Amino acid sequence: MSGESRPMATPPAGPATTSTAMIATLGLVATLCGILIVSAYQGTLEAVSANKRIVLERAVFRVIPGAVRMKSFYASSAGIVPAEGPQPKEGVLFHAAYDQAGQLKGIAAEGAAAGYADVVRVLYAYDPARQAIVGFGVVAMRETPGIGDKILTDPAFLKNFEALDVSLTADMKTLANAVKTVKHGSKTQPWQIDAISGATVTSKAVGKGINDSAQRLLPLLVPNLGRLETAG
Amino acid sequence: MIPGQHELTPMENFMEGIWKQNPIFVMVLGMCPALAVTVSARNAIAMGVATTFVLVCSALLVSLIRKLVPKEVRIATYIVIIATFVTVVDYLIAAISLEVYEALGAFIQLIVVNCIILGRAEAHASKHGPVPAVTNALGMGLGFSLGLFALGSVREILGAGKLFGFSLFGPDFQPWVVMVLPPGGFFVLGAWLLLFNWLRNRKSAEAAPAAGAKGQRT
Amino acid sequence: MNGISLGQIFVSTVLANNFVLAMFLGLCPFLGVSARLGTAVPMGAATTFVMLVASLCAYGLNVLVTTFELEFLRLISYIVVIAAAVQLVEMFMKRHSPALFRALGIYLPLITTNCAVLGVALFQTAREYSFLQALTFAVGAGAGFTLALTLMASLRERLNLATVPNVVQGTALALMLAGLLSLTFMGFAGLGAGE
Repeated sequence: MSGESRPMATPPAGPATTSTAMIATLGLVATLCGILIVSAYQGTLEAVSANKRIVLERAVFRVIPGAVRMKSFYASSAGIVPAEGPQPKEGVLFHAAYDQAGQLKGIAAEGAAAGYADVVRVLYAYDPARQAIVGFGVVAMRETPGIGDKILTDPAFLKNFEALDVSLTADMKTLANAVKTVKHGSKTQPWQIDAISGATVTSKAVGKGINDSAQRLLPLLVPNLGRLETAG
Repeated sequence: MIPGQHELTPMENFMEGIWKQNPIFVMVLGMCPALAVTVSARNAIAMGVATTFVLVCSALLVSLIRKLVPKEVRIATYIVIIATFVTVVDYLIAAISLEVYEALGAFIQLIVVNCIILGRAEAHASKHGPVPAVTNALGMGLGFSLGLFALGSVREILGAGKLFGFSLFGPDFQPWVVMVLPPGGFFVLGAWLLLFNWLRNRKSAEAAPAAGAKGQRT
Repeated sequence: MNGISLGQIFVSTVLANNFVLAMFLGLCPFLGVSARLGTAVPMGAATTFVMLVASLCAYGLNVLVTTFELEFLRLISYIVVIAAAVQLVEMFMKRHSPALFRALGIYLPLITTNCAVLGVALFQTAREYSFLQALTFAVGAGAGFTLALTLMASLRERLNLATVPNVVQGTALALMLAGLLSLTFMGFAGLGAGE
């Protein structure tokens, strides 16, 4: 009789969606999303770069005490170029730290290797005069709290990095002796790292990270050290 | 929502995500971030806030364009929208705090495959106006954050003796290290689920005798 | 960091850094599909295949995105490609093995929202793996996922025959089991870590 006593009729099937309609919708959505992403990217770019720079500076000034200014460079077979420019092929990033008077206090560089849980990233300070690593800090790690994270605080482990020998061979092509992590208590040479007892994997990661980085950086950096002597 | 059921009031809409359909304890969705980043209360809340942001924004946008999207391409559209907001929140977090950004790591970008967000877009936002969609999304996000906080705080207290970085038990506390490791995450979540189930069983047991009595009267 | 050998990557991803039990990726299917052994293995195989495809595409996309300095489009392009790959796998399976397609049911399209697949793409990008390293990583991730799924399914099937308190049944029990499995896998720690 009246329409109300009938159960709700199924809506009539509309025409099948045309390809144009689908493409148009996707195009509209894609444009909208594109605008959103790019605005967010541009809007936060400065803040993010500033954050990264602050964190890096803090880390570098911690491993090179007394430094107040930092400049980043790439070292490659073609020499040393400032980091602001294009990255040279096979260039290795490092940071030169200068004190109040503008004198070079040390070089900081990053090394990384697989640890127990994830990659362990370390920052080490290199003293050109002594050809040794004189400072060490951890940039990022996810090692086991209470075991792996002892590399941050264990005094015996940190002592390894007061004068870790990384001198080059006479032809400056490679490290005279590779940096190696040895079992706890068996360190005999200045280029060895005494592992933390019970945290061998993490200690080995630190040693490998430093060794890999030093092997890549120092042969390219040391011959060109003169360029860095004064804050350029 | 069951067809024929009355339209939920805004308050009920909001609360749905907190108790009845809590993403973590009831629907058991979004597990991956729930276990991975909840090693501390602060990280847990940061992840909760980030997910809520994406939930709300995508629910809003999906709801606004719901009449325009042909049904064949709707999943693809929702995925693109969600991925957009995840990229946005990724940059926002990096700009606000690099520390939190490093702590959450890849799991910020993994918000895009959090089943809750796509599920809500498909089940709710595409069928309701902007205001109910956003209310529901807010409730879900809050429920999710509460769940994460429950996990993160327990794991941090037991596994490190701290809450939000503040030491609770003094220097002689022996931390229960496994709690901040993967197995601990599974155990703590299992324990919370157990508690939740027990509470729910008690609630329905209390309601059952009353319903039984009513049934006998008709 | 890129001096890691393929064997190390494979072993470490399957055992020491198992995607499910150590990195918490792929938990939804892990808790959802692992009730029966019969569905666990095909699911693992399908996921491994999708991971391989995703890894390949992610490698190519990353090269593209970096060359044109469009890093902000990386996430969207990854997820869209993964969704498309899953769609293709679905269509392929429907055609060539309909029984398997029916058996997996709703879980096949759900591989798209499997954090493990996107996780493979994101992690290989973050760790700057070479092409071969990325492929090994993907195969290892899939193998590890299948391993965890199979172990879990076998355990849960056994538990079906045991008396379990009502409160614990279901997901809570699965999580406790997963915790024990994860604890066991911690014994592999350091495998494939270096030297």
